[in-house]
Amino acid sequence: MQMHSATRARLDLISSLGVDVRVLTMLVVLAVVWVVFQILTLNQPGQFLSPQNLWNLSVQTAVVGIMVGGMVLVIVARQIDLSVGSVLGFTGMIMALIQTVPPLGWGGHWALALLAGLLLGALIGAFQGYWVAYWGVPAFVVTLAGLLIFRNATFIVASGRTIGPLDDNFKVLGGGLNGSIGEFWTWVVGLLVMVYIVYQALSNRSRRLKNGLPVRPLWAEVVVNGFLVLVVLAFVLVMNAFPYPGTNTPRGMPVPVLITLAVLFALNWVALNTRFGRYVFAIGGNPEAALLAGINVKRTLVAVFALMGVLAALAGAVQAARLNFVTNSMGNLLELDVIAAAVIGGTALSGGSGTIVGAALGALLMSSLRSGMVLMGLPTEWQNVVLGLVLLAAVIWNSVYLRNRR
Amino acid sequence: MTPLVEMRNICLRFGGNQALDNVSVNLYPGEVVGLLGHNGAGKSTLIKVLSGAYQADSGQIRVDGREVQIRSPQDAQALGIETIYQNLALADNLDAVANVFLGREKVRGIRLDEDFMELEARKTLDRLRVKIPSLRVPVAQMSGGQRQTVAIGRALYFKARCLIMDEPTAALGPEETAKVGELIKALKAEGVGIFLISHDLHDVFDLADRITVMKNGRVVGTVYTQDVSHDDVLGMIIGGVMPKNARPAQTPLPTG
Repeated sequence: MQMHSATRARLDLISSLGVDVRVLTMLVVLAVVWVVFQILTLNQPGQFLSPQNLWNLSVQTAVVGIMVGGMVLVIVARQIDLSVGSVLGFTGMIMALIQTVPPLGWGGHWALALLAGLLLGALIGAFQGYWVAYWGVPAFVVTLAGLLIFRNATFIVASGRTIGPLDDNFKVLGGGLNGSIGEFWTWVVGLLVMVYIVYQALSNRSRRLKNGLPVRPLWAEVVVNGFLVLVVLAFVLVMNAFPYPGTNTPRGMPVPVLITLAVLFALNWVALNTRFGRYVFAIGGNPEAALLAGINVKRTLVAVFALMGVLAALAGAVQAARLNFVTNSMGNLLELDVIAAAVIGGTALSGGSGTIVGAALGALLMSSLRSGMVLMGLPTEWQNVVLGLVLLAAVIWNSVYLRNRR
Repeated sequence: MTPLVEMRNICLRFGGNQALDNVSVNLYPGEVVGLLGHNGAGKSTLIKVLSGAYQADSGQIRVDGREVQIRSPQDAQALGIETIYQNLALADNLDAVANVFLGREKVRGIRLDEDFMELEARKTLDRLRVKIPSLRVPVAQMSGGQRQTVAIGRALYFKARCLIMDEPTAALGPEETAKVGELIKALKAEGVGIFLISHDLHDVFDLADRITVMKNGRVVGTVYTQDVSHDDVLGMIIGGVMPKNARPAQTPLPTG
């Protein structure tokens, strides 16, 4: 295939950066969207790029962000999980019931509630994964059943009532008035992450050089890691620029955002650096090859669904803590947002391909579009039409990318 | 001399279909045995029994004269039996390093030791003398020959004593086919026993010491390659008849 020489040069430049092209595209799209929204909201009090809006945006992204990494692994393994919204609602309701004071709830300790909820999420996920892996029932059907079962089980366990208010300690998870870690700790976390980025880059590079393995050019190393450090710095500054109402005390990073980032970091690490992650990708790439290579495909699939269940429960805890009262419709249709974010972030529904980082950016892009359109006063119907179009465009771009790579 | 691998009276039934009917074959160290037959003759099924993908209903497998149970691909691999499948059995979305080590990754704690695996993969693949510029691109982007090299490298790294090659050259051009031929001869010289399954009579005559022909799930017979002509073998494959003047060939060709 003939390629224009300028195009080729640009591709070479990108490939020597050693960054997934789809992640790079997401970054560019995100930057464009943010700038456009900033221009469109320039003349109103709540500008898109104001610290207040960005702070809120980060909280709004948290619930989907916690789940999207798990969904990437599910989809990479050629599966799907339609039940996450319902599982989020059901586990959230159980956690609310355990901690809410009698007669509405059981008056248990909030930590017990959280633990029970996470365990329940794992069990539900493993249960669904069992039918998929060991009985060959399509995940679409199993989790569609799960969607129905757990949505309505949420109603049944609470007899249709709204359960709350929740324990004040539990509510910290939601990022409300007491739900931020403050200026000092935000700096501590930010600085630790920056040091980690630099340390990681240096030690990886020197180790690979010592072993005589190829490394990316020094300038690429500086550009990529410098960019990451700047992003972290900007994030810390923004989080610390939004004060509590009527004070000058910065809130700092909201707890749900901290949880989201920790979850995404851990999942990304697991996906890239462990056998489990490697096997999930191998199963998605060629299930027969995975089996012949001696990979325990069934157990791996159960683990993937169990992990998704835990993440749905964790997201349920955050959502419940944020709302303070759990209704039986909490998390309704959220599975669609999570799947859309994963797909927008470059996860191929055919399996075997996707990145946690891309999906996280996909989630951020979706909530950015929503937040921007709300600021502009666009009605919900139009917001959803736009999000649908973005999803369609992302899928088309993704399949074009995958086709060209072969 | 004891056979490296011996399969005795293997039977396997899929529903109403007798896929393998009392099949016996053997393989000695440093020897190439060609397995021939039509599609559906039972070659691939037999090989999958040996590699642990299927389990026989009855019959014996012996390795170094000892009876063994092969219940999974891991069991086969632990006995030094490695298989290179027709469809290559590579995970296309993973890179060469990941494919060479798939299922047997080297870890430090829980972390994959990528540097170690990349170095070892590079060393092994260099031995095969097929140029692979980057081991870190998905194998989907590689040529047929490069992919075959990765598959063979995988078997080689884990010290295969018995290598099963199912149509190893089916997807390759002439130059790459010749390369795989050289590779088989080199492995033979190292004492590796090879079961070679192929449709290409020319390949088999070029590489195999003995030829076992199967038809309808049974063994027609085993002959020394030097005793027979292409027509003889075609007669075995199509008609299921043994050539008149061929010696029985249950042991390797007597040297000298």
